[in-house]
Amino acid sequence: MAGTTTKTVAVTGNQAVAEALRQLNPDVMPAYPITPSTGIMESFTKFVSDGKVDTETILVESEHSAMSACIGAAAAGGRVATATSSQGMALMWEMLHIASGYRLPILMALVNRALSAPLNIHGDHSDGMGMRDCSWIQLFCENAQEAYDNTIMAYRIAEHKDVRLPIAVNMDGFIISHSIESMQFITDEDVKKFAGDYIAMDPLLDIDHPKSIGALVLPDYYMEHKRVQHEAMINAKKVVSDVSAEFAKMTGRKYELFESYRLEDAEVVLVALNSAAGTIKDEVDRYREKGVKAGLLKPRLFRPFPYEEVGAALKNAKAVCVMDRADSYGGYGPMFMEIASAVYPHRGPVLFNKIYGLGGRDLMPLDVDQVIEETAEVAKTGKAKMMKEYITVRN
Amino acid sequence: MKQMNWKELPHAGTVLKAGNANEYKTGSWRSYKPRWIEENCIQCLFCWIYCPDSSVTVKDEKMTGFDYDHCKGCGICAMECPGKKGNKAIVMEEEGK
Repeated sequence: MAGTTTKTVAVTGNQAVAEALRQLNPDVMPAYPITPSTGIMESFTKFVSDGKVDTETILVESEHSAMSACIGAAAAGGRVATATSSQGMALMWEMLHIASGYRLPILMALVNRALSAPLNIHGDHSDGMGMRDCSWIQLFCENAQEAYDNTIMAYRIAEHKDVRLPIAVNMDGFIISHSIESMQFITDEDVKKFAGDYIAMDPLLDIDHPKSIGALVLPDYYMEHKRVQHEAMINAKKVVSDVSAEFAKMTGRKYELFESYRLEDAEVVLVALNSAAGTIKDEVDRYREKGVKAGLLKPRLFRPFPYEEVGAALKNAKAVCVMDRADSYGGYGPMFMEIASAVYPHRGPVLFNKIYGLGGRDLMPLDVDQVIEETAEVAKTGKAKMMKEYITVRN
Repeated sequence: MKQMNWKELPHAGTVLKAGNANEYKTGSWRSYKPRWIEENCIQCLFCWIYCPDSSVTVKDEKMTGFDYDHCKGCGICAMECPGKKGNKAIVMEEEGK
């Protein structure tokens, strides 16, 4: 570990993110606790009660109000965070666009959970995919360590002068949020140095310079405003790489825009986000031992999506199975659509789509084996039997 | 006026200059305009208090008329005007007549 001392601990994903937030010490944290993200606020409000942070928590009457309070506090000039899941994020949805349109670098810990109905509290990516078009930077995390590390990096990315956009750090509900894992914390001092001081842009509390935000913009200017937002998003890609490189120098833990696992010479490739990637890595190893050139691409940065880099990483594969833990009913899964766009210029591998794990349904090693075997078969024949299929569903 | 391109916009579309709404003339939205009848005016300044658009002009604590660049003709001033002996000091008249 270069230049830092770390502490090995055994904590849940929620505790890991709460610890990162304690170390980041935001000015304001408005939230309306919801399963499975509740543990973050449970731990964090204890830090507040114990005087471990300077944060003002605002316990509001709904998630719509939580995000509204985040926007108000961030526009005033504060460093702001919140935590939510599922229906909570869905209720915030209207305000998510306001946060990004005002270019406020708010941090959201999003503990991924299925959307109702039917009512379900378990992990899938329906909430995260639902905020795809809200102009929030989206990072996805395989385990508690990644959730902690990405949270530590989040403000540096969101607050960068070329970016100034809100950011959501995603981890799987229950599978990660409630499981205890061994991981490493960075020291308070190093986090403080890494995160740096926050310099707000045009804060409303600068009363010597009165200003107005959120003015009405008509057809003659609206598109220009939206074009700027896209540019800021595109800029975020380089900033994520730069901040991750700096983080690696501090901790030794390297993060790319996506993780390539035994991908370099892989012919049979799976793509999956978050915790499922852990199971898939084990099975990729097993199939490598059997002589199958299997590999995994695990996206980390979902918005902005690194199309060129992903396309280049997949172009030499023979078959790619994109696994989605969310669905677009009547369409392909959201990750499949991104991968197809990334691969399109290369006339590369045969692509197909599996929907798995909705509402927290387990993805077992044997399920992954079936997918790897089918992908190997597709690599041989050059033809996908079914473009989109639900796996582990009772037929 | 030359319109800004997307690279020239102020960050987040924030309006950094205070009070510039005054430069945006909205008087043309009006279909009825208030007329001041000075001899019926008791200088109570109800019109000035009630005007939602700060379009009643006052000098030395006396009502002096209307800012027709911003008055939208809502008629609240005429409604609230107590006048003198039953005669209103503000009446609404159709524009262009």
